Parts: sequence; C-alpha cells; structure tokens
Amino acid sequence: MANAILQVENLVKHYGDVHAVRGVSFSVEEGEVFGLLGPNGAGKTTTVEILEGLRTLDSGRVSVCGLDPERDSDALKQEIGASLQATSLPDKIRVIEAIRLFASFYKRHRDPQELLKRFGLDDKKNSFYSQLSGGQKQRLAVAMALVNDPRVCFLDEPTAGLDPQVRREIYDVIEELRREKKTVLLTTHYIEEAERLCDRVAIVDHGVVIALGTPRELKARSGGTTRIEARLSKTESNGTMKSLEGVVDVREVDDTYVLHSKRPPQTIVSLVKHLEAQGNELVSLEIATPSLEDVFIELTGRRLRD
Amino acid sequence: MKNFAALTRMRVQLAFRNKMFFFFVIVMPLVFFFLYAGVFAKSVPRIVSFYLGPVLAFNVMGSFWGLSATLVMFREQGILRRFHVAPVTASDLLASSIVANYVLTLPTVTLELVLARLIFHVPSIGNPISLFILLSIGILSFGSLGLVVASVTNTMQETQVLNQLLWLPLIFLSGATFPLAYLPRTVQRFGLFLPATYLVNGLQQTIIHSATLWSRYVEILSLAVWACLTFFLSAQLFRWEPEAKVPRRTKMLVAATAIPFLLLGIVENVSDRILREAYTAFESFTSAPATRRPPSLSMPGKPGEASNPSRSSQNQARQ
Ligand SMILES: Nc1ncnc2c1ncn2[C@@H]1O[C@H](COP(=O)(O)OP(=O)(O)OP(=O)(O)O)[C@@H](O)[C@H]1O
Ligand SMILES: [Mg+2]
Repeated sequence: MANAILQVENLVKHYGDVHAVRGVSFSVEEGEVFGLLGPNGAGKTTTVEILEGLRTLDSGRVSVCGLDPERDSDALKQEIGASLQATSLPDKIRVIEAIRLFASFYKRHRDPQELLKRFGLDDKKNSFYSQLSGGQKQRLAVAMALVNDPRVCFLDEPTAGLDPQVRREIYDVIEELRREKKTVLLTTHYIEEAERLCDRVAIVDHGVVIALGTPRELKARSGGTTRIEARLSKTESNGTMKSLEGVVDVREVDDTYVLHSKRPPQTIVSLVKHLEAQGNELVSLEIATPSLEDVFIELTGRRLRD
Repeated sequence: MKNFAALTRMRVQLAFRNKMFFFFVIVMPLVFFFLYAGVFAKSVPRIVSFYLGPVLAFNVMGSFWGLSATLVMFREQGILRRFHVAPVTASDLLASSIVANYVLTLPTVTLELVLARLIFHVPSIGNPISLFILLSIGILSFGSLGLVVASVTNTMQETQVLNQLLWLPLIFLSGATFPLAYLPRTVQRFGLFLPATYLVNGLQQTIIHSATLWSRYVEILSLAVWACLTFFLSAQLFRWEPEAKVPRRTKMLVAATAIPFLLLGIVENVSDRILREAYTAFESFTSAPATRRPPSLSMPGKPGEASNPSRSSQNQARQ
C-alpha cells in the first residue's frame, strides 16, 4: 500500500461526546473510484473533510498525495478538488464568474468555459447562483471541484436530493473521471450509486468501517442468495420462517421479514403453503437481486435507509 | 496577492448587484449630507463647512456594518468553507473585504466633497491630500472594526446587536451628530476614548482650518495603529466554519482593540487639546454674523430633543 494516494489509519474524531469516527482505516490507489457508503450520521462527511484539511483529527494518521492535510494544507489544496455537502456561493455571483474566480486560485487549471459545457451549464453561465435549480447547483459544485484538474477529487454526496435524471448525469461525469484515471473519493447513501460507480466500497456505520471490498466481493458475502421481503398480516416466529425451504437467513426489519434464500421459487411456494395452513396472509412480497443493501442488513440488522 | 485581487473584484461586483448596498453606501449618506448641509446648515457655506467633517465621518464609520454583516453571512451560509478547500487564506479574504469596502466608500465621500464645493460653496476643504489620507485611514480602520465584529459574533443576530451597540456611542458621543463642544462635560470626557471622536475632529480641523497633515499626527497615528491592531486580531480570530464558536478566551483578546484609544483618551482628558479645538471650531461658526443656527444647536441643554428622526430610522433600517 506504499503507493496509495489516500491513506487513513485508525482515524478517530469526536465532537464533544459524539463519537463521529471511531477508528476508520482504508486506503485508495491512484486512479480508483472509492466509495464511502453509509446511513446518515455514519461519519462520512467527517472523514472526508479531515482528508480535505477542513477539520482536524483527534487521533490516527491520514495522508493525501503523500501530504499531511493539517501540516501541508497549502500544497494539498493545489492537488485536491472537492464538492462539499454543506456549502453555497454568494447569491449574486454568476456561474461563469464563480468558476473563473476559483480557477484563478490555482497554479494549474482547466478552461472554465469547457467545464461548463461539459456539465451542461453553458446556457446558464450568465445566471446568478441564486437562480440555479438544485441539480444545476450540484453540477456546478462538481464542475468547480474539477477546476484545478485535481489528482484527487472528493465528492460528498454529489447526488443527494436530486431526481433520477440529474443523478444519472452526475454518474456520467464520475464515469468519465474514472476513464481519465482520476482518483475519486465519493460518499453516498445510495446503494445503486456505490455499486455502479465505485471500484471499491467501504460500508461505514456509526463511525466504523463494517465491510470493505469491490461491490462484487461484498455481494458475494451474502452467498449468492436472493432477498425476499415479505410483510404478513400476522406475525410469525423467526424460527418457522427459517425452516422454509431454501432459506439461509431471516431477519425482521421494520415489520418486514427479510429472507435470504438459495432457491427463491421453492421458498415462495413453501411460504405461501405455510401461511395458508396458518390462516395468515401476505400483505406484500418483494424479491430483490443481491445488493449492498443485503450486506448492510446482514451486518447491522438495519436498512441503509428507508 | 493574486487571490486577494480576484476576491476584491468579486466583492465590488457583488456590492453593485446588491440593492441594500446602494441604499446604505450611496443613498443614505447622501440623504444625510443634504439634510445637514441644506436643512440644518441652511446652505450657509461656513456652517456647511463646519458640518462637513462630521458628515464625512458618519459616512466613513458606516463601513463596519456592511462588512461585518457580509462576512457573517458568508460564514453562516457555508460560503467561506468553499473558499477554504481552495488555496485561499484568511488574510486574502479579510484584506479583500477591507479593500473592496474602501473602493466602494471612497466615491460617495468624494461626491460629498464635490457637492459641498459646487452646490454649497464651502470656502475650502483644506489640503486635499491631508483630507484624502485621513479619510483613507478612517475607512480602513472602521472596516477592520467590522471584521472584528464578525469574528466575535456567532450569528447574524448577535452581529447586528453588537453593531448597534457600537454604532450609537460612535455617532452620538463623538461629535459626528452633535458637535462635541455642545455635549455635556461628562459625555465629552467619555467621547475622548472613542476612535470616532478623533476621526471627526481630524476631518473637521483639516477642512475648516486647513490643518496640515503634520498637525493631525495624533489622529492619523492613533487610527492607523488601531486599524493594524483590529486587522491583526480579526485574522487571529477568523473562523471558516459556521459551527466553530468563538472561544471565551479569545473574546478577551478583543479587549486589546480598546487599548490605543484608552491610552490616548487618558492623555487627551488631561491635556484637553481636542476639546479646545472643538470649542474653537464651534465658536468660530456660531459667532458668525448671519447665524441661522441649525435646529440641533438651537436648544442648549437639551440635545436629546434635537435628535432628528432620520438618524434613528437609519439605525433601524440598518438592522
Ligand atoms: N460540526 C459538528 N459538531 C458536532 N457534531 C457533529 C458535527 N459534524 C458532525 N457531527 C456529528 O457527527 C456524526 C457524524 O456526522 P457526519 O456528518 O460525518 O455523518 P455523515 O455520514 O456525513 O452523514 P450524512 O449522510 O447525514 O451526511 C453525526 O452524529 C453528527 O451529528
Ligand atoms: Mg455527510
């Protein structure tokens, strides 16, 4: 791991008595798109902003491009680009002015006009920041993160709160970054996003990494099972549910039985038969292909988000 | 240096797009100017020239309102932290605030001087260079005061309360609204501890007695020292993050900004130099032949009643 561009070892951070990050370790290779996936309050933003040099750590060690974010912050800032989770620009700044202003801060920078074109903001370039839609603001934030052609790009929930259409546009941009062999550290609580975009994912919960690997590796942990989510009108014991054909694991999450099955058709048939015999009824039934959600449920007994 | 220039340009641009800016930095001072020159001084050139210094000082001191409010807003909205991930330093941001404010305040001040000469036929504005230097130091120092206000307050509400608390004594106890000579003795004594008093007196003496730059060294030096001190402190206390609160310990540091005028106030209270100057200036125009005294001077002993509504409404509007 000597050539890792991002290194995080036993990172710890608390705010008063809130333990936001409790010993996080991971490292990211140059050219990798790495995801931090986790629910609200997991400590993703805290971790990322320590790497950006915006917050100070309590203990542990981090390095970005071989630099210490706290000590070498001037040099570091030339190398990184970031779109922050909680930020804004002055209301009355025009899009083109904002991107030109930020371009002027760096030794090396991309052509602002070209960046705006690429992010579909060309026709908005003379609009005030306050006139942009949420999606346009988000695209501008990502464009601005790239303005210095950074070695490492931090994108903190770049698609939060966006509609699927706009979200896909941001995906395209990130995929392009991957083709350009940029290192990207992405945080998200969308499973789809982590699976689709990331070379490797660290699943974070309550300030610790609970799983780390490629999306494929992580999914393989659930043993190639299929997830069946059933809501019943009357409760059943976990034991009976587990005895259904093909079922390897049962959890009750928010009034729903989440079954992991090796042979889904047989499981469903035996579930229906069992319910008929008990005079119980199916309220809803959902079958999902294995995803990182299963990994999360398996490890925490909770859903990533509802 | 490059960042500083780019940020200054941005601030000036943003100000021009802001209606509040036009109101407070251009319209309000001019209304105030015409009120004093045209109404209170009844366009009598000698009286206008007596009031010109205080009116200019009033305009210059307003700097700290806008500066503190903008900086706190930038911090609260998370705009500052966006600059922080870029290679922008606290000094870049602070210095650009100060310089942008200077560039934006100077034209109104200049316009007031030009109007005083052309419309109100003020006999002389003294040495223009002395006046320019004094005005510049005034704008820069009161701008720095705004940066300190932004540093020691956590929310916009706190900022506005502190601004108000500073503004009232600065304008009422310094000679900026009522001539210093006209204030009660104890108030005069207190006024000598305020930077505003030195700005007002310096400008007034320069205008009506064509005082040389050298003779105004006390005012210039004290305001310059104060400007450096406040700027330095604001850089020490600067916070990028909205959540970062002012540590109590550093709040004490701010008391240091009062030191220069605390010391100078003691000296001036002993020597009475400023007060004597203020009396001479006051008498030289009240004893003038065709005295048509402005209302604020026509009711001795009751300065409170002389207060005109425009001032208090301005204070409210600024909130
Ligand atoms: N400046 C702060 N002061 C106090 N507590 C904080 C601060 N920032 C974060 N926290 C707390 O630390 C924990 C982790 O927060 P963080 O923002 O890192 O989570 P996150 O994973 O980014 O969550 P989200 O998905 O909601 O953005 C939370 O419990 C949060 O309340
Ligand atoms: Mg976050």
